[in-house]
Amino acid sequence: MGIVKSKHLLEIGDFTPSEIMSILDLARSFKEVNDRAIKKLPTLRGRTIVNMFLEPSTRTRTSFEIAAKRLSADAVNMSGSTSSTTKGESLVDTAKTLSAMNCDIVVVRHRYAGAPRILADNMSAHIINGGDGKHQHPTQTLLDLFTMREHFGHLDGLNVAIVGDIAHSRVFGSLAPALKALGANPIAVAPPTLLPARPDVLGAEVSWSLDEVIPEADVLYMLRIQQERLDDAPFPTLREYANLFGLDARRAAKMKDDAIVMHPGPMNRGVEVSSEIADDPRMLVLDQVNAGVAVRMAVMYALIGGEKDELAV
Amino acid sequence: MSLLFKGARLVDPAVGLDKVADLLVADGAIAAIGERLECDGAEVREMQGKVIVPGLVDIHVHFRDPGFEYKEDLISGSAAAAHGGFTDVCVMPNTNPTCDTESGVEYILSKARDAHVRIHPVGAITVGLQGKALAEIGSMSAAGAVAFSDDGRGVQSDSMMRRAMDYVKMFGKGIMSHCQVDDLSGTGVVNEGTASTRLGLAGWPAAAEEIQIGRDIALCELTRCKLHIQHITTRGGIEAVANAKAKGLPVTCEVTPHHLFLTQDDITNSYDTSLKVNPPLRRAEDAEALAEALNDGTIDCIATDHAPHALHEKALEFELAPFGMVGLETSLGLVLTNLVATGRITLSRMVELMAINPREIAGLPQVRLEEGASADLTIIDPEVEWTVDARDFLSKSVNSGFIGAELKGKATDLFIAGEPVMVDGVVL
Repeated sequence: MGIVKSKHLLEIGDFTPSEIMSILDLARSFKEVNDRAIKKLPTLRGRTIVNMFLEPSTRTRTSFEIAAKRLSADAVNMSGSTSSTTKGESLVDTAKTLSAMNCDIVVVRHRYAGAPRILADNMSAHIINGGDGKHQHPTQTLLDLFTMREHFGHLDGLNVAIVGDIAHSRVFGSLAPALKALGANPIAVAPPTLLPARPDVLGAEVSWSLDEVIPEADVLYMLRIQQERLDDAPFPTLREYANLFGLDARRAAKMKDDAIVMHPGPMNRGVEVSSEIADDPRMLVLDQVNAGVAVRMAVMYALIGGEKDELAV
Repeated sequence: MSLLFKGARLVDPAVGLDKVADLLVADGAIAAIGERLECDGAEVREMQGKVIVPGLVDIHVHFRDPGFEYKEDLISGSAAAAHGGFTDVCVMPNTNPTCDTESGVEYILSKARDAHVRIHPVGAITVGLQGKALAEIGSMSAAGAVAFSDDGRGVQSDSMMRRAMDYVKMFGKGIMSHCQVDDLSGTGVVNEGTASTRLGLAGWPAAAEEIQIGRDIALCELTRCKLHIQHITTRGGIEAVANAKAKGLPVTCEVTPHHLFLTQDDITNSYDTSLKVNPPLRRAEDAEALAEALNDGTIDCIATDHAPHALHEKALEFELAPFGMVGLETSLGLVLTNLVATGRITLSRMVELMAINPREIAGLPQVRLEEGASADLTIIDPEVEWTVDARDFLSKSVNSGFIGAELKGKATDLFIAGEPVMVDGVVL
């Protein structure tokens, strides 16, 4: 039996809760490798991994590329800041073209929801969703879960406040249902103008008050306020947003003793987190980035059909 | 040449008819209805088990001609209409160029002479559907436009809509209104609610439709122009129309089969773009309200919003694919299976919803099952079981949300003015 049943990771629900835990265990092994002087394993030697990033991204693409190379796969980067259709080729044709080149795994980042499904339906490779529109970002979720579990030793029962632009967040789209499935309590904290219509279908409770949530929260997960969303004017000013939903030292003083702060990066210092908090030891953003490489190695290994016992690390 | 249909169930509530009898057609008209009719020289067709109704009408279709003939054209669309059991259709003006002039109307009527069914043009309300300037409604009306619509988009300006309604009523015709406040529907592609949240797609809220329905009803009260609300989808919209009717306003509305029989829950993480329609598929409770409103008279007719798109256009990311699904060849089967066979509506009510009321709304001459009437007949086999298969469509496009559906009942024969258009399921 492989570690996971699904051929692809299109959304976090493709992995069962126990499969997620196996991936996190596997990621811990890979993380140890990443701490060595010689970081390379021969596991995916001869495999071809295409990083198809059709939306600007530096950190996620780099993380996948490092993960692939640490497993000795040949990693190829395809980038483009526009969708394939504006170049005159449909995503279906792009998928078929790539498929004809016999790649083993395609990691896709795309500005439209559901794009990874189109690739999965039109090529033979394993597809990993590297973030699709406002839908999901499942490897981000896995590295977030990894970081929480490393800190607390468990995930069940954790109160995880996810704060900020929930409505446009693919990070929330996969993190909330995963937390719920694993027995944690996701809470969406945002003004109604930044909430989706029905956060409950993703398993989250809702609060409009960060101050009310802080004393109960084990994790404060601060989402980035994207400047391009400000055209819709979901709140009057950045100043008012920071006053109501930003995390600064004054608010952080109300946190539980063991609570942590997380962020998908890159941070807007002075908006969702003050500069002090960005540099606070409770802020685990760099732990998340560090976990990202190991988690992505684990996902690639698991999808290609690797067995836990076969792995000599 | 005479035709004698023996032993069919004849259903036409307009003349209080629902009985098994024979029907004789001669010289394009119904010559007699009665028991054990005989007629020397007439071709006799045994119709036991079949149902004969006045020809069905779909007052909301897109035949994409001129401009987008790769999706559909007036001839292929009319073949799809005949195949679905329709003798008459009203084509919407959002072609290229827009049907916003007399010559646009004349083009359609001239090409329609070679079509399988009767095609009635609907003219644009505003030039180029831009909502900025009134189109030449008087000229189009004189040329044969049966109603006026900017379908595909709502008329955004309140004063423009008011002016249009005041102007249109002068010609004794009505407005068919696509209700959508662009400012509120924004980039929405699915219902705002569980679907938008689950799929990470921008939401198109019910309020964006209901606000404009409310506005148009208020303007109807102001102007007294005939107002027909197109593809109504929400419980709130139904309530607004019911209130308008209670006030005695000249307001009617239509519902599509897809809004009756599909909901936002049918859009899964497979992101099936054939389910991307405008307005979007709504909640199950909305679909239930629509079904209830079929019987209580709030909804006047069923129309398909037949919206063909080429395969390559729909094989895109959900957010990029165009809105719309085809409907002409599945509408009757869906209604028979999901509404008539289940007892939710009677066959007589179906005839009102799919033949009598649409003719009334579009101002078309009524067709009765009575002596002297034009023999525009749809013959239905209510028992035949079939599976919706794209390969059977006569439409050029196959973007249906009902592929694979198992249905019971379909049109087998169609006559227009006594001439056979479809015989035993084959369009001639």
